[in-house]
Amino acid sequence: MRRSAIGCTAVTAVLLLATAACGGREETGGGATTAAGQCQGQQTTGITDTSIKLGGIYPLSGPASAYGDIPKGIKAYFDYVNAEKNGIGGRKVEFVVRDDGYQPPKAVEEARRLVEQEQVFALFQTLGTPSTTATWDYANQRKVPQVFVATGASKWGTDTAHPWTIGWQPNYVSEARVYAQYLKQERPEAKVAVLYQNDDFGKDLFGGFKRAIDGSGVTVVAEQSYEVSDPSVDPQMRNLAESGADVFLNITTPRFGSQALAADAKNTGWNPLHIVNNVAASITVLRPVGFENVQGIVSATYYKDPNDPQWKNDPEMVLYYEKMKQYVPEADPTVPYHTFGWAVASSFHKAMEAAKCPTREGLRDSVRALGGVQVGMLLPGVTMTTGADDGFPIESMQLMEFKGERWELFGDVIDTRKEFGPLTD
Amino acid sequence: MVGFLQQVVEGLGAGAIYASLALALVLIYQFTGIVNFAQGELAMFSAYIAWQFTAAGLPFWPALVLTLAVSFAGGMLIERVVIRPVEGAPELTVVIVTVGLFIFVNAAAGWIWSFLIKDFPNPFPGGALEAGGLSVGYSTLGVMAVVAVVMGLLYLLFQRTKVGLGMRAVAANPTSARLVGIRVGWTLALGWGLAATVGAVSGVLVAPLLFLEPNMMGGVLIYAFAAATLGGFDSPGGAVVGGLVVGVAETLAGAYVDVIGSDLKVGVPLIIILCILLLRPQGLFGRAAVERA
Repeated sequence: MRRSAIGCTAVTAVLLLATAACGGREETGGGATTAAGQCQGQQTTGITDTSIKLGGIYPLSGPASAYGDIPKGIKAYFDYVNAEKNGIGGRKVEFVVRDDGYQPPKAVEEARRLVEQEQVFALFQTLGTPSTTATWDYANQRKVPQVFVATGASKWGTDTAHPWTIGWQPNYVSEARVYAQYLKQERPEAKVAVLYQNDDFGKDLFGGFKRAIDGSGVTVVAEQSYEVSDPSVDPQMRNLAESGADVFLNITTPRFGSQALAADAKNTGWNPLHIVNNVAASITVLRPVGFENVQGIVSATYYKDPNDPQWKNDPEMVLYYEKMKQYVPEADPTVPYHTFGWAVASSFHKAMEAAKCPTREGLRDSVRALGGVQVGMLLPGVTMTTGADDGFPIESMQLMEFKGERWELFGDVIDTRKEFGPLTD
Repeated sequence: MVGFLQQVVEGLGAGAIYASLALALVLIYQFTGIVNFAQGELAMFSAYIAWQFTAAGLPFWPALVLTLAVSFAGGMLIERVVIRPVEGAPELTVVIVTVGLFIFVNAAAGWIWSFLIKDFPNPFPGGALEAGGLSVGYSTLGVMAVVAVVMGLLYLLFQRTKVGLGMRAVAANPTSARLVGIRVGWTLALGWGLAATVGAVSGVLVAPLLFLEPNMMGGVLIYAFAAATLGGFDSPGGAVVGGLVVGVAETLAGAYVDVIGSDLKVGVPLIIILCILLLRPQGLFGRAAVERA
């Protein structure tokens, strides 16, 4: 017994030493290289004249592994660009994907491995607010671009201490503003009942909604929160129904989204206009509730739905279906997560092409100086714009209503920056 | 007043769900003397098996029967393979093993069926019974009825059958039980099998209400523990009463106590567990453990 304990201690000590040694070598030597000429002194780690190496961290396992489909869409896009377009400006893209299981500590570990061992040029997407929050200090200390993170938290754009990190998709506050704008126009006297998840995500969206309706006739008459550990939101839905509100804003993640939709459908005495947030608007959330029970609900989106027949002959969608089949034949192209991956990868392509210097600094500055960049997979009218005082690439969304077995877009694209001004704090 | 009664009804509906899982917890405790943290996940896994059968085209009721059979066999198998090696080890060891089982089963379900929500058929009609301004969903009534039946069957098993007697003997004193000729190993395996079956009933009942995904039972398990502690870990009737009390207490506290609201609602079962352990450790309906000096 004693001997084995000593043995264990010895092994642990050796491992610790080895880890420390590795860390030390990376710190002092490393593969850090810098550019010459007009980009002098800027970092060129992970990028050469013929290659660029990117690292992504996604939950390929664990509770959020549905998002693990995103890198497949990205891979299809980069494989296509590498094989048929000679890469991004002559540089072939190598995209390394790591699994964090949606656990922040693992995300930090993987970020270190990507940056220090794989020597990636940039972190292209970390997924989820918790994992991105856990890694952004590290990325910024190391001065590694962490671009187009896959989360809608508003802090990626409002924060000023992390210039190397930037989001991509519309943030939750923008989304809330879209719903607020819709209600102000269509139901100026709306009485709104709100169900929200009691965490950063729910509070971000709900807080944005409250600020957006401030000073209008739209009022919140009831609010209920739930914890992700709650078995069911039925009791909350009961309390909300008693408020007699004529609009219900459903700020939930998938399982609770289904529960709230089912509770609303079951309660024949309360029939509000049901607005469900984008996070829970996927077909996989609606189908278990029964399509007949979710007719007429409203949500918002910003990229093209691969199931929507109106894009059937859209050149970008045709290309997407063709290349998905060619390069990732095992993946189902009708899954919107793949489309999301394709859209964000082509956005990266445009941002990288626009960079003045092929350096980490060049990419950092490029993603913060996007001027109405068009991306084929985004909805017509939705473009990427950033600037010195604007850290949010996409801030426009379009409303959609569920009809039959799919979402149908309606109304115009709502540019929330134009309607509500820049988002601060 | 109607609003208040409606809240009580909602609470009873939630309580019936907790009670259904608490019954499985009580059963396995009765048989084997251990608290099985993986019970909720096993129930979830059974619900997936039922889903798989219905997805393959079987009607609901035959699928349920098959699921119960598979769960029974699976429970016995787990006892043989996972629990038997640590039989007789300190309680903490067994608890850790069941926690490990919890994590494993959860991950396995995600790996096999993904974390996307599954479309689970509801055996009960969708509407609600309206009476005096109150509305009670038929599925809630259905859950309550099934829970009552399972409770009755368990009571008969414990009190009126030789198997029940044998298993009470094994739980009370394995060594003596073995000496009087009870096959302790089989009894323990039987306990796991039956608990898995009762858990399967629970999983299948709640899946259409909570929506089936691998984390469906995580929250329910906490409340089921509160229910079993409140009612007494050795009393099926107590578990059901405990479940209903916990459900109503939680719902009313969330609705009427402003300080608690929906934010702290999840704290209610923990407060119940703590108070019961302090004031009446054996639970409302349980028998105090007596040890010979």
